[in-house]
Amino acid sequence: MKHLWFHLMPYTELPDDFREQNPSVWVDIHSRLFDPERAHYMYNDFMDEMEYAAEVGFDAVCCNEHHSNGYGLMPSPNLIASSLARRANPDTALCVMGNSLALYNPPTRVAEEFAMIDCISGGRLIAGFPVGSPMDTCYAYGQNPSLLRDRYLEAHDLVMRAWTEPDTFAFNGRFNQQRYVNIWPRPVQKPHPPVWIPGGGSVETWRWCAEMDYVYCYLSYFGYKAGLQTMQGFWEEMKRLGKEPNPYRAGFLQFVGVAETEAEAYELYREPAEYFYGRCLHIDPRFAAPPGYTTEATQRAGIQSQVASAALQNRKALQVSKSAREFDAILDNGYVIIGTPDQVAEKLRQVIHDLRFGQLMLLLQFGNMDKQLAKYNTRLYAEQVAPQLRDVWSEWENHWWPTPMAAADRAAPDPIAYSSLAAE
Amino acid sequence: MDSISVPPAIDHVDVNGAPCRVWRKGSGRPLAFLAGHGGLPKWPAFLDRLAETHEVVVPSIPGYPGGLGHTKLDSQLDWILAVRDLLNGCGLEAGDTLLAGSGPGASFALEVAALWPHKVGRLALIAPWGLFDEAEPMTDPWAQRLPELPGMLCADPENWNALKAAPEGANSIEWPIEQTRALEASARAFWPLGNSGLERRLGRVQAPALLIWGAEDRILPRSYAERMAAGLGGPARLEVIEGAGHLAELDKPADVARTIEAFFA
Repeated sequence: MKHLWFHLMPYTELPDDFREQNPSVWVDIHSRLFDPERAHYMYNDFMDEMEYAAEVGFDAVCCNEHHSNGYGLMPSPNLIASSLARRANPDTALCVMGNSLALYNPPTRVAEEFAMIDCISGGRLIAGFPVGSPMDTCYAYGQNPSLLRDRYLEAHDLVMRAWTEPDTFAFNGRFNQQRYVNIWPRPVQKPHPPVWIPGGGSVETWRWCAEMDYVYCYLSYFGYKAGLQTMQGFWEEMKRLGKEPNPYRAGFLQFVGVAETEAEAYELYREPAEYFYGRCLHIDPRFAAPPGYTTEATQRAGIQSQVASAALQNRKALQVSKSAREFDAILDNGYVIIGTPDQVAEKLRQVIHDLRFGQLMLLLQFGNMDKQLAKYNTRLYAEQVAPQLRDVWSEWENHWWPTPMAAADRAAPDPIAYSSLAAE
Repeated sequence: MDSISVPPAIDHVDVNGAPCRVWRKGSGRPLAFLAGHGGLPKWPAFLDRLAETHEVVVPSIPGYPGGLGHTKLDSQLDWILAVRDLLNGCGLEAGDTLLAGSGPGASFALEVAALWPHKVGRLALIAPWGLFDEAEPMTDPWAQRLPELPGMLCADPENWNALKAAPEGANSIEWPIEQTRALEASARAFWPLGNSGLERRLGRVQAPALLIWGAEDRILPRSYAERMAAGLGGPARLEVIEGAGHLAELDKPADVARTIEAFFA
């Protein structure tokens, strides 16, 4: 079982009346709510938290890409990953979850930057390729929803060729034409870093992951109960395609809050959870479903995109009066799992088997959780939850994990002595 | 026999190998109509009025209800050629065509008139898309809360709802997909601002043009009409339809039809 520590990097100081005074946390969230000097502390806290997660033994730290988003302050996850490649525990994988391929022009930029991270880290990169949400891609970045998926698929092909073809080549795509494709640097991992695809519940995505032998990740904010049907659909499709049911083919995201006692967990994680589900997921439904974003095959299958369901949840949540029971509803729905280490381990063991996945992505910092609590949650999980789950799926091999250079062969960053520099 | 009770004749034209429905009704000088945002899942009252005096020819733009093939069109040139092929396929290649359209359809009518001036005799254009003014931005038609969309497109939201409601016997899965596909087709051609670069080609349009604007258009500000009229190479004038929204032909079918007929007479 792999435990990956995931950070969304939410702005932690959205006002109490955010929901009432603002139409959306995403796309047109107002700049007056953003204080760059406060964000300075947030970014540094977040990176401290990620470095701490690596230090206490998580298998990987994860970051992702969002734009114009009050709950995701990483327009460029590659910047975060490159810093972690230097500072974080060198035994930890770096999961960039990921780069929305259609947003990069030319897409070889992704091949280059990921190759840089792979080189700097000595081959520890997991390369995530999301299509990207409608808010990020179609609205914040102005991409045409009707062309997005074709652009994404073509960009993927270009990146893979750029990573793997030894000679300079011409790429004659429908959307991208480049006479000389020849990226420097090239990734350490051969033929390329493991590729993981965060997606909604689309049949096409499942089939594509199976065909390409990529990991499929269902990154839901709505926990294991809402995720069950999707993951069952995924495994049924894998069975239909004759793929072995290796649980490491699948990743799943879950919010978790661990404490010494159940009562303490309730007390500690209530505010950050309500902050996340109340303010961070306050998404204007008008940005949820640009026509063409959801394929007709998926429409026929009646499957909603992740963000469309978020927006729907948001609408539903609007009908719920603001009260203490909001956290109870969050817990009842399984959005967040809280409890003592033993309780959380037991619950997760069940969820891991019910949904069947080997790559568990954990949101242990969420909402406005401060660094102290995030580290507490992280430490308890690493020391007392993860060890109870290490044996899960030990009968399976994880073919989709980075294969770095041997530790002894890797560079160690020089220590920095600021005072001596100042003295010179 | 009352012409209103007669359904239009249905035919298909292939555009890039994809079938696009063509409706025909009435007799007289042919008048082609290119639909507005959302397309025409049903034959509307507005076209019946026009069919009283003309042979109304209504080819479906690729991706609009009745038409496929929008996913083959990547560039503005692809779209313009598709619309020209569509009109030619309807037997309108001879030229001097009376061409009417709404929103995206009106924009394509202008493109055809700009590139092949001999093809078009007169233009009747209901709130054509294609321009963008930062000072008065076009309302984003693809970022509306679903319950609010009908009221953005029509002065009376029920006119949009009536057009889009699934008729008895319609496929309950395919009907809504067809309606979404129509919005996607507009998006594919005009995302994200509605600006297709038409302004650079307006001066090539020689045909006399009538611009029709709903007094309650909540998508395209009236200033776009003035800007368009000023840019056109031929004579242009504006008629404002009281009580009509962006899809003026749905809100005030008789008034819009009468205005077009007078101009084409």
